[in-house]
Amino acid sequence: MQKKILTTPITDDMIKDIRIGDIIYLTGIVGTARDDGHRRVVEGNRLPDFDLTGTAVMHVGPIVLGDRAHGFEIIAAGPTTSRRMERYEKEFIQKTGVKLIIGKGGMGEKTTAACKEFKALHCVYPGGCAVSAATAVERVLGVEWEDFGMPEAFWILKVKELGPLIVSIDTNGNNLFKKNQAVFDKKKEAAIEEVSGHVHYSHK
Amino acid sequence: MVNAKLTQIIYELIRGASLHLPPDVMNGLRRMAAIQDTPLAKELYGCIFDNLKKAAELNRPICQDTGALQFFLKAGTGFPYLNDTEDSIKDAVRQATKKIPLRPNVVESFEEKNTGDNIGSRAPWIEWEIVPDNQDLQITVYMAGGGCSLTGRAKVLMPLEGYEGIVRYVFDTITEWGVNACPPLIVGVGIGTCTPTAAALSKKALLRPIGLHNANPKARDMEERMKKGLDSIGIGPLGMSGKESLLALNIEYAAHHPATLAVGISAGCWATRRGKVLISKDLTVKSDK
Repeated sequence: MQKKILTTPITDDMIKDIRIGDIIYLTGIVGTARDDGHRRVVEGNRLPDFDLTGTAVMHVGPIVLGDRAHGFEIIAAGPTTSRRMERYEKEFIQKTGVKLIIGKGGMGEKTTAACKEFKALHCVYPGGCAVSAATAVERVLGVEWEDFGMPEAFWILKVKELGPLIVSIDTNGNNLFKKNQAVFDKKKEAAIEEVSGHVHYSHK
Repeated sequence: MVNAKLTQIIYELIRGASLHLPPDVMNGLRRMAAIQDTPLAKELYGCIFDNLKKAAELNRPICQDTGALQFFLKAGTGFPYLNDTEDSIKDAVRQATKKIPLRPNVVESFEEKNTGDNIGSRAPWIEWEIVPDNQDLQITVYMAGGGCSLTGRAKVLMPLEGYEGIVRYVFDTITEWGVNACPPLIVGVGIGTCTPTAAALSKKALLRPIGLHNANPKARDMEERMKKGLDSIGIGPLGMSGKESLLALNIEYAAHHPATLAVGISAGCWATRRGKVLISKDLTVKSDK
């Protein structure tokens, strides 16, 4: 099967037929933002100088070598838990105009609604695969908000075929993790009942 | 005071742990990769092994989250450098952060500012155990990642909730939070009187090598049944569904108060990074396995 590669700038049309469970790759611009970055955009009502419209945001706190004078190199850059950003992701998408949110694990109802309203996707990059992700980074285009420290700073990266990205929320408002969670919850009850039948330790 | 020789040994311990997975974790991942039967689960294990290969080739930390560094010491009362140990650990952490490099992961509480060198109030975290009539120092390092630490919980149950209550608490927690914690996971369960004892024991359980079970047959039986039960839920690699989700489930316990039954949970991700070194009184390495 041929790789499905999205290249920034991403338009609504480019992602309208992509569905949860699909695997895509990304070439182009990715900005990084975690808890502090989301807080500054939403609570602080500030945007980075770099325009993210039509690009991707990745929930990641990379390890970076180098400095402004000599240039930066990304050493490791796997995704962080997306769920932490649930509180502010909707407003983040609205204010920045990003079309792709990359992280690990799922996101909630508010982000799902935002992906439908503003036409965006949430994708999972395999957690912990940090060196693979770093080798997909061609260049560090810049950094802002360095006052947050290395992991939380806003890094602007040029990537080539970053992936696999497993689509977890699509523009129709489908949510892969929510779907899976319902299956897990059902199996969980059966498993609890089975195990509980064997662990009644008491001094009768 | 910093002892340069001790610092060097601890630096190597941190470096080894950040660059290579322990053999028991590697073996566990290989076994689990081989039993997957869906294209997505196979691809995800493929990504994990591809990443491990690249990290080894490029001499880079496996994961960008090199964790909050935690040290668990078993100190012989006759080890002659006890006064220098904490300072040497801090010095090794400072050097490792710069040289390996590690991600600066220490945010000073209340200031909410990253210190930049992985040193802060009570960071790195150091726990001491005293070993009588012994002259060695054993140091275990654990790199506590954010994603898997988010899974941590502790609660005091009422005894009539029973061990069934423990099962439900662990299953609810892992099903809800395990998907974000980069499974397959090592789950540590602690049982005791109050939240701090149960939580501390859950970390001890997490640090036990995969394949070793609790010596108490009842605790071992509960370990095996809970692992099997959690595996049957099908959370799979990276929470994206698949066969088996746990590398291990380990239980450590203490006797508890008659009016309480506390449970603690700690989880480690597929890239559980830990290392151990045994140092003799003349500062030579006796064992690094």
